[in-house]
Amino acid sequence: MADIEIRGVSKRFGPVTVFDGLSLSIASGEFVVFLGPSGCGKSTLLRMIAGLESVDGGEIHIGAARVDTLPPGARQVAMVFQHYALYPHMTIFENMAFGLRNIGLKRPEIEARVLAAARTLEIEPLLQRKPGQLSGGQRQRVAIGRAIVKEPRAFLFDEPLSNLDAALRVRTRVELARLHRRLRATMIFVTHDQVEAMTLADRIVVMNEGRIEQVGTPMEIYARPATRFVARFVGAPAMTFLDVTVVGEDGGAVLRLPDGTELRTPVSPDGLPAHQPVTLGLRAEAVRVDGRGATRGTVEVVERLGDRTHLHVRLRDGSTLIAEDGGASGVAVDDQVGLRIDPASAHLFGADGLGRHAA
Amino acid sequence: MTDAAAPGRAIERARRAGGARIGPDWRNIGFVLPFLVIYLALLVWPLFDGIWISLQKFDMFDGTGAYAGLANYKRLFADRIFLGAVENTALFVVMTVPAFVVIGLALALALNRPTRTAAVLRATFFATSVLSVTIVTIVWKMVFLPDRGLLTNALAVFGHEPVVFLTSPTLALPAIAIATVWWGIGLPMMLFLAALQQIPRELYEAAALDNAGRWRSFRSITLPSIRRTTMLVAVIEVVYQFQLFGQSLLLTNGGPNNASRPIVQFIYEQGFRNWDLGYAAAASEVLFGLMLIAAMAQVLVSRRRDEA
Repeated sequence: MADIEIRGVSKRFGPVTVFDGLSLSIASGEFVVFLGPSGCGKSTLLRMIAGLESVDGGEIHIGAARVDTLPPGARQVAMVFQHYALYPHMTIFENMAFGLRNIGLKRPEIEARVLAAARTLEIEPLLQRKPGQLSGGQRQRVAIGRAIVKEPRAFLFDEPLSNLDAALRVRTRVELARLHRRLRATMIFVTHDQVEAMTLADRIVVMNEGRIEQVGTPMEIYARPATRFVARFVGAPAMTFLDVTVVGEDGGAVLRLPDGTELRTPVSPDGLPAHQPVTLGLRAEAVRVDGRGATRGTVEVVERLGDRTHLHVRLRDGSTLIAEDGGASGVAVDDQVGLRIDPASAHLFGADGLGRHAA
Repeated sequence: MTDAAAPGRAIERARRAGGARIGPDWRNIGFVLPFLVIYLALLVWPLFDGIWISLQKFDMFDGTGAYAGLANYKRLFADRIFLGAVENTALFVVMTVPAFVVIGLALALALNRPTRTAAVLRATFFATSVLSVTIVTIVWKMVFLPDRGLLTNALAVFGHEPVVFLTSPTLALPAIAIATVWWGIGLPMMLFLAALQQIPRELYEAAALDNAGRWRSFRSITLPSIRRTTMLVAVIEVVYQFQLFGQSLLLTNGGPNNASRPIVQFIYEQGFRNWDLGYAAAASEVLFGLMLIAAMAQVLVSRRRDEA
């Protein structure tokens, strides 16, 4: 059953239309990540669900209730802000109790909830301190604690990890995943960091310029990107693109690469114009160093990541491919290498920008 | 063994080149000297000179004075006009300072929005602050004129008898207070506006998600966030309003029957009309003490509240 249902919502800021008839359905207990570049509208959508931005058209339902006309406090959601938004003059206990006091809960109930959340997040010793006396990571926990005590129907996270240092970000990410497993609550998480999206999400909603480009599991998004935008935005290093031509069909499209070599792929050429330029997208792991490989080029950059090595190879026609080699790769800059492309991992994009993948 | 590896060489420091250095240096005094000279000459010296004059029977004509101990102070505390002036000034401070804080904050809250109307109104409310005291008193004299003033005309619309403000012993001081608040409301409003704009919007959004209504948000977010500014406004206004002078001199001349004579007017009259400089200096020191006590009390009270 859908827990959060967004039906044809529109949003305008003056003359700028952010959304026009956007729809999305989020299941109960699901961890959904809104992923996209800055300005794509992901935070605005989250804030519309929270009630912090008005809705210019369409409806938002949480559970059985239509909420887009209700004030934020009546929507049964809790939000963790990017800068935490802790009340600076209140103690941590008061910060967490504030929302509960406002709905008229009795003191013993408030204390029980705050203490339980504090225990879960290991912030019990901090309860009498003020936010100014806490580190960034501790503030983050308090902000999450303030959301937990409300026992909301859905948790909304607005880039909550972006203010943490790299190590703490990884740790908090794991803790959030654990928290989701334990609470089984619906969570919506906004980020522009694809690693956060891939690691946390049950489903990722990739957004661009106010549109939903694709909704899918992390592996669907990675392996079968619906559009060229998704293909480029998700994955590190980014997918490399080559301008190719479909020259025939042999169980799938046969492509002529810019350096003149041919690649037999299992991708259906339906809808792709023959002898017209289309785009071939290749992830690094689909291109391997192989002395017998038909495609050849010169290594320009070697990026060693420990367990694997990425090679930026310039082909004879001047285009560049990123290839993957083992961690102990002996390849050096200016080496001539042969490349073997895995045809099953090829992605084709026509002029419409839509992706076509092997069945 | 090479030289570089020798233990003695390894810890030898290279000679420092010129440039930034850490630690005390007598040359640093040069940076604070200009300020110190002005501070000592224009603030510290007059302060102690004033105290010294207040202990003398000082003749302003030949500039000579004879040490008189606490005689001026004893005379002051037996002087009904001075005690009346202290009472008037204290009453005036009690009337105006809370008004400055409350009205200043109310205006700031009402005008803290990015609309053109709010910008025009902000400028309008601040505009009175640039007027001189003479203009302000002329404006308010025209308001308070009992026969054809603005207030009389306004009351006449409702069939009410004219109220004589400036010649009434009970209404003269409140009338001066009203004119003063109108004159000086711009500064508190601007200070509060600056403070309100420092409060992160996220705090109000978090409060909205925490089911806090407008009043609750105001009490729990706005007021604690602007506590320091409230303190600042209160202290500044206490210091300013204790120095009431021009408005009362020009609107009522301290009358009727000394009902609106403030301390500064008393000092002016003793020092520059009666040429009794020692006596005037003693009254100044009392005023200085009162201002210091009032400002310190506020700082202490707010600090205690901060710690609570």
